Amino acid sequence: MTLKLPIYLDNHATTPLDPRVLDAMLPYFTQDFGNAASRTHAFGWRAEAAVEDARESIARLMNAESGKEIVFTSGATESDNLAIKGVAEYYGDKGKHVVTTVIEHKAVLDSCKRLEKEGFEVTYVGVGKNGVVDPNDIEKALTDKTILVSVMLANNEVGTVQPIAEIGKRTRARGVLFHVDAVQGIGKTPFDVRAMNVDLASISAHKIYGPKGVGALYVRRGKPRVRLGAQMDGGGHERGNRSGTLNVPGIVGFAKACEILEREGAEESKRIRALRDRLYTRITKALPDVIVNGDLEQRLPGNLNISFACVEGEGLMMAIKDVAVSSGSACTSASLEPSYVLRAMGLEEADAHSSIRFGIGRFNTEEEIDYVADLVIAKVRKLREMSPLWEMQQQGIDLKSIQWAAH
Amino acid sequence: MAYSDKVVEHYENPRNVGAFDASDPEIGTGLVGAPACGDVMRLQIRVDDEGVIQDARFKTFGCGSAIASSSLATEWLKGKSLDEAATIHNSMIAEELSLPPVKIHCSVLAEDAIKSAIEDYKQKRAARQALSEPPVEVRAEERPAG
Repeated sequence: MTLKLPIYLDNHATTPLDPRVLDAMLPYFTQDFGNAASRTHAFGWRAEAAVEDARESIARLMNAESGKEIVFTSGATESDNLAIKGVAEYYGDKGKHVVTTVIEHKAVLDSCKRLEKEGFEVTYVGVGKNGVVDPNDIEKALTDKTILVSVMLANNEVGTVQPIAEIGKRTRARGVLFHVDAVQGIGKTPFDVRAMNVDLASISAHKIYGPKGVGALYVRRGKPRVRLGAQMDGGGHERGNRSGTLNVPGIVGFAKACEILEREGAEESKRIRALRDRLYTRITKALPDVIVNGDLEQRLPGNLNISFACVEGEGLMMAIKDVAVSSGSACTSASLEPSYVLRAMGLEEADAHSSIRFGIGRFNTEEEIDYVADLVIAKVRKLREMSPLWEMQQQGIDLKSIQWAAH
Repeated sequence: MAYSDKVVEHYENPRNVGAFDASDPEIGTGLVGAPACGDVMRLQIRVDDEGVIQDARFKTFGCGSAIASSSLATEWLKGKSLDEAATIHNSMIAEELSLPPVKIHCSVLAEDAIKSAIEDYKQKRAARQALSEPPVEVRAEERPAG
């Protein structure tokens, strides 16, 4: 088999649609195109039946009690917004305090910032050097005014898996609602809303080989029954939680993606983890001064986030332009600030600039991994030859002892 | 963001990568930027007695545009007098490489590196002249360390 370039290793950003998902979706564009809210004819009934089946499949993947607990949205950003703002709106009279972590996705952080503008207090709990939050720190942040805790299942940059069950125990004991942004972790690391005492959970189809433009929010219906203030007004779809005509083909594809993961997820995670370890071993055997960002064990199987000392991330990405990856380097964003996640972990700014995120997924092969590893090794060597920092480090100069002019 | 062809060309075939002995009196060294900001440039020039830049070298930690900017700068420096070299402005580098607005700071850094290398050479030369003038005695350990 010949290698096809470019190689996609950015599966945290999005994933390709699984062909089985596409097959499931196609009839719902042309044949069974009905509006799931049309109660008066067969077109509507067929669409509605497909949506109700889909709810069950999605509920099963997270061990929810029933498909009725699934609210469809346009994606995880909307799910996060609905969870946080919806809870704040409904329970704001009970208290105006929310607890989250500094490494959450912007959809969570910015929703929290919005609440702050509306008079809420938000506590942003820090993480350890390994990129994992301590459940005791979450507990310490709780007050009698706290109505919601929001913590991600797995981080999108460093792939660290958070202690959701441990946090859930504490929030349940205190009667505080618990929202989990499960976008990156679902189907890749154990997630069980009942066993982990999760009350709300955001997920997205396109991160699990489903289509873009569809997501879901799990909203617990029993013990406790969670209520939300709707953020989208209109026809009262999704039990009044989210108005708007349902994206039936997207929802069918989402469900198919969940069914595949439920059946194959465990096997697939093993295979992907082996590829990740292969990439890591090959690179670190050949190159010195490679730092893994985030806990290597408590981590998504497909994630490898590493910093190559003295090599700037965007410069390296340009050198491996046939490989799609991402970097925590400032140069990749308009802000000129390196990744807030890496900085929250206490990483030196220079190392944050040197980070590369490899995201391995379902369709990557061993052959691709070997090609990428060898390419990275060659290019890092070349760029280190060109790096004044590498030269100084090899001469034993402590880079921190130099007075750098900031600019 | 897509890179211009010229940036890619310099990035893939960087000119004049390397180092001169910074303690050599003919060499001027400029080290600018900061690791925390994501780019560091070291630019060196070899200057003859007539004040003409005979050769130039660079090493850069940074993105493709930073590497291309320093590579281009070394190319332009060769054969120029110190005064001519001092007129190289960041906008000339940015224009030549078609840098987008977010990458203008790379060209600014290259200009800073040129100016800093010239300054370093001039300081060394002044120190040398002071040394060769008889009345003031300078002990070896007081000489600038290059």
